[in-house]
Amino acid sequence: MAHRRTATLWSLAGLAAVAAMVPAQFEVFAQTPAPAAAPIKLGIVSFLSGPAASPFGIPGRNGAEIVLEALNAGTAPAPYNKVGFGGTKVEAKYVDEAGSAANVVTDFRNLVQRDQVDAVVGYISSGNCLAVAPVAEELKALTVFYDCGTPRIFEEKARAYVFRASPHATMDSVGAARYLVAKKKNITSYSGINQNYAWGQDSWRDFIGAMKVLAPKAEADKILFPKLFAGEFGAEVSTLLTSKSQALHTSFWDGDLEGFIYQEQARGLDKRMTIIATTGESSIWRLRDKMPDGTIIGGRGPHGPLAPDNAFNKWFSKIYTDRYNVPPTYPSYQMAQSLLGLKLAYEKAAAGGAKPNADQIAAAFKGLTFTGPSGETKMVLGDGHQGIQETAYGTYRFNKAKKEPEIVDVMRFPAECVNPPPGIDADKWIADGMKGAKC
Amino acid sequence: MQSRASLLGGLALLVAAALAAPFLPDWMVSLATIAFANALVVLGLVVLWRVGLVSFGQALYYCIGAYAVALTGRWTGFTDALALVLLGGVGAGIVAASIGFLLARYREIFFAMLSLALSMILYGVLVKTESLGSTDGFSVATPTFFGYAPHGAQLSHWLYWLTLGVDAIAALLVGLYFRSVAGALAAPIRDNEIRVEFLGISVSGIIHTKVIIAGVLGGLGGALAAMSIGHVDPNMAYWTTSGGFVFVTVLAGSGYVAAAFVGSLAFEALRSFAVDVMPQLWQMTLGSVLLLTILFLPEGLGSLVSRLRQRRAVKP
Amino acid sequence: MLTASAILTDGLVYAAYLFIVAVGLTLIFGVMKILNVTHGSFYAFGAYGAATAVGIYTNGDWPAALGFLFMLGFAMAIGLVMGIILERGLLRLVYGKDEVVIVLVTYATFLILEDVIGLVWGTASYAAYQPMIAAGNIEIGDLVLSNYDIVLVVLAAVVAALAYWSLKFTRYGRLLTTVIYDRETAAAFGINVTLVYTVTFLIGAALGALGGAVMAPKISVTLGIGVEVIVLAFAVVAIGGMGSIEGALVGALIVGICRAAAVHLVPQIELFVIYGVMALVLVARPYGLFVRAQPRKI
Repeated sequence: MAHRRTATLWSLAGLAAVAAMVPAQFEVFAQTPAPAAAPIKLGIVSFLSGPAASPFGIPGRNGAEIVLEALNAGTAPAPYNKVGFGGTKVEAKYVDEAGSAANVVTDFRNLVQRDQVDAVVGYISSGNCLAVAPVAEELKALTVFYDCGTPRIFEEKARAYVFRASPHATMDSVGAARYLVAKKKNITSYSGINQNYAWGQDSWRDFIGAMKVLAPKAEADKILFPKLFAGEFGAEVSTLLTSKSQALHTSFWDGDLEGFIYQEQARGLDKRMTIIATTGESSIWRLRDKMPDGTIIGGRGPHGPLAPDNAFNKWFSKIYTDRYNVPPTYPSYQMAQSLLGLKLAYEKAAAGGAKPNADQIAAAFKGLTFTGPSGETKMVLGDGHQGIQETAYGTYRFNKAKKEPEIVDVMRFPAECVNPPPGIDADKWIADGMKGAKC
Repeated sequence: MQSRASLLGGLALLVAAALAAPFLPDWMVSLATIAFANALVVLGLVVLWRVGLVSFGQALYYCIGAYAVALTGRWTGFTDALALVLLGGVGAGIVAASIGFLLARYREIFFAMLSLALSMILYGVLVKTESLGSTDGFSVATPTFFGYAPHGAQLSHWLYWLTLGVDAIAALLVGLYFRSVAGALAAPIRDNEIRVEFLGISVSGIIHTKVIIAGVLGGLGGALAAMSIGHVDPNMAYWTTSGGFVFVTVLAGSGYVAAAFVGSLAFEALRSFAVDVMPQLWQMTLGSVLLLTILFLPEGLGSLVSRLRQRRAVKP
Repeated sequence: MLTASAILTDGLVYAAYLFIVAVGLTLIFGVMKILNVTHGSFYAFGAYGAATAVGIYTNGDWPAALGFLFMLGFAMAIGLVMGIILERGLLRLVYGKDEVVIVLVTYATFLILEDVIGLVWGTASYAAYQPMIAAGNIEIGDLVLSNYDIVLVVLAAVVAALAYWSLKFTRYGRLLTTVIYDRETAAAFGINVTLVYTVTFLIGAALGALGGAVMAPKISVTLGIGVEVIVLAFAVVAIGGMGSIEGALVGALIVGICRAAAVHLVPQIELFVIYGVMALVLVARPYGLFVRAQPRKI
């Protein structure tokens, strides 16, 4: 008898667990017949906890917050001056990207199916982008990736509902190699220190590939891959001190970049070789005079101090700095650029007046060209789903008079110079000698 | 009589869960699929916990199961879901059987630490394998069911049903094992294994069996999870993944087989809720729930049932 | 020759770091049989506390050495406060439960404290490099060494010597050894085990915070630094033998030298060094290098 009761109790427990999720379901039903004036809902996914929060997640989130506020108030410069998206206000739901791929995919489904968002904008980790893309396709949910770098997203499969306005990471390494070769014509040896995970491995592979094309006589000396978030780089610095390389490539970011810079500076490594930091721009406002003068700085595209001097940039960096007391870094720019692109696509699709569906917005976004705070984005790769932009590299200097970081000696590389042409995979393009690059 | 009652109860629960799928929103079905897939790993940990062993490296088998499915699809194009799930289970089982010779000699925290080291070595190997996308991982081919290739909501329903089916069989077999002599020896081994050995029983043999059972369950769970998520990455072998499974095991308690499933569902629902409502404080929410469970429900959610039962028994 | 000396010095520096991080963990395990995941939080709080302290002293124009001591003191004070709250407020309630359950109690606390860091210090990362830059460097041949790293090695040696001396030659240390050896017998002899537990946990917490504090100038103090340290410290302690101070020292040296050798000679395998060494040692000696197998009680 007792056991039958146990079984009943278990059934009750199971029912309770399901019931706990039901209120959310009613919410869904209540919202399905959306009235015309209902706001457009966006899901914004970004790291709000963990090590990637401070350098990327929070600046990205802040960029979204400030841009959406300005859009809803209708204060953005033309052609972005319509209120919200096509006259309808935009509401954002912010979600943490932290957790396993299972968590990220579950949260994505929740956004699309439970919260019924009209589009999802977000994702910093390339792994998460790769995990989310097929789900977005399956659910026919319009999704715009804003920061993740891997070119595989559109190379592995054609996507219908997934977009990425920010260029993929190949551009960062190719741009770094072009700048290095232009500034150090007689380079004979270079080394690399990159984190031992996909981002670091891909960055180094692209960089060494581009160097083999651009400076075939120069040799790669020390190739170091410390574990991600290693914290202590004493042995790496010693190894590099024994090298005769003139330049050191690194795609380190935030914590590892800053820790490495402090530790190498205590031992004077930057006096012996020039450091090329492909994500350095996101750290200059914290490192300030601790970033060695002469470091070659990239910002994953023309963002921050490397951004073009246009009206959108002035507007964006002003509203951002006024609100958060620190200038926007590249993740903020990438987010702003992605949101503005989505807004234009939405308005193009809504030209008829009715609220456009995901297919219509996707059709309008495909192949779009638009200009924002970081200049012109052309959606030309991945069958019109992947954007390309020009990129810029420069040399770091701390302006002691103004007490402000400065990037001088900036070189700009046109989009077609540092991105593969449509239809060719990035890896293959570099291996084949970067044919068709228009510089 | 006893086992028949709980069998009937479990069957009723299973049928109710299976029938509910078409009436639930899709996101809930997916969440439940992942929860029930992970529950298999938790069930494996329950098997170990009954002899007082905890593995901080159960993600090893989870990851092997997942990669077995993903790699088979990638290399051969074979996508039959049921066969792939069995493959994941067998693959993880073989690995468990071989390292079991080593692990069966270890107890307490040393068992936990050695399993942790082994899973971290697999993590390192996968991170080093750039052809498989390193930490970015790669996607899993869409599974088919005996030639039938559903899409969209249909696919999630079929995966859900498959997961429920595997769960049901696993629960049944583990339930039978718990009632067998070897299963019943768990508590005596936990209390004092020398006495058990004096009875002429090989304790390390029994523990080896349990390691294999837990490994197979871990592999099955990983295989199902991989198909449901549609993506695999080395993070599946990282120690925090193992930590999450141990978390759910404590939440559920080791008293009942069904507790693993309800506990896993409760955990996924809780995490999803916490991320939704308190995006910046979800870790705190999870931690607090775990603490409160340990302090006030030391035997896990399962003990809620026995407590209620006792209370009823006392009150006429 | 250059490489050999570089491996040795780098290995020593890394070992010093590992030892300082792991010694508190092994002490708490030795006495209390608690594998303390909260150790990662102590480390993180220590690092954040040190960053705050460095901020205070660079604003007030203090001499560098004083600032360094202030930083360590400030961080250890935070560790002590956390330790007393945790031990008296929480762990006391779960003594006597299964070892693994207590591990999970500390894991839950660790999760909670991760978000507490965000609440107290925000999500922005902190820099505390001033002490390391102020220390300067010395050139030995082609190799440049940071003086701060030398201080780190000396500090680790001092901590090791202090621990050894106080365990062997002080009254409290002998009491501790008794409790480590057999808790019940110790209690039967009238040793106040509860007090020993509290004091041990406080020392362990302060040492964890000290680890964070000495590393703070070398790293960027940011969310999630605790997670990385936990497993590292676990590995060192497991290699040396759980609860053995000399084990932690030897474990740190082995891992430190192996890692430095890997970085200099075969950088490809660096990722595997720690777990590879750990698995090998555990296979050969299941209880670690410095712990003999316990006699089993019938």
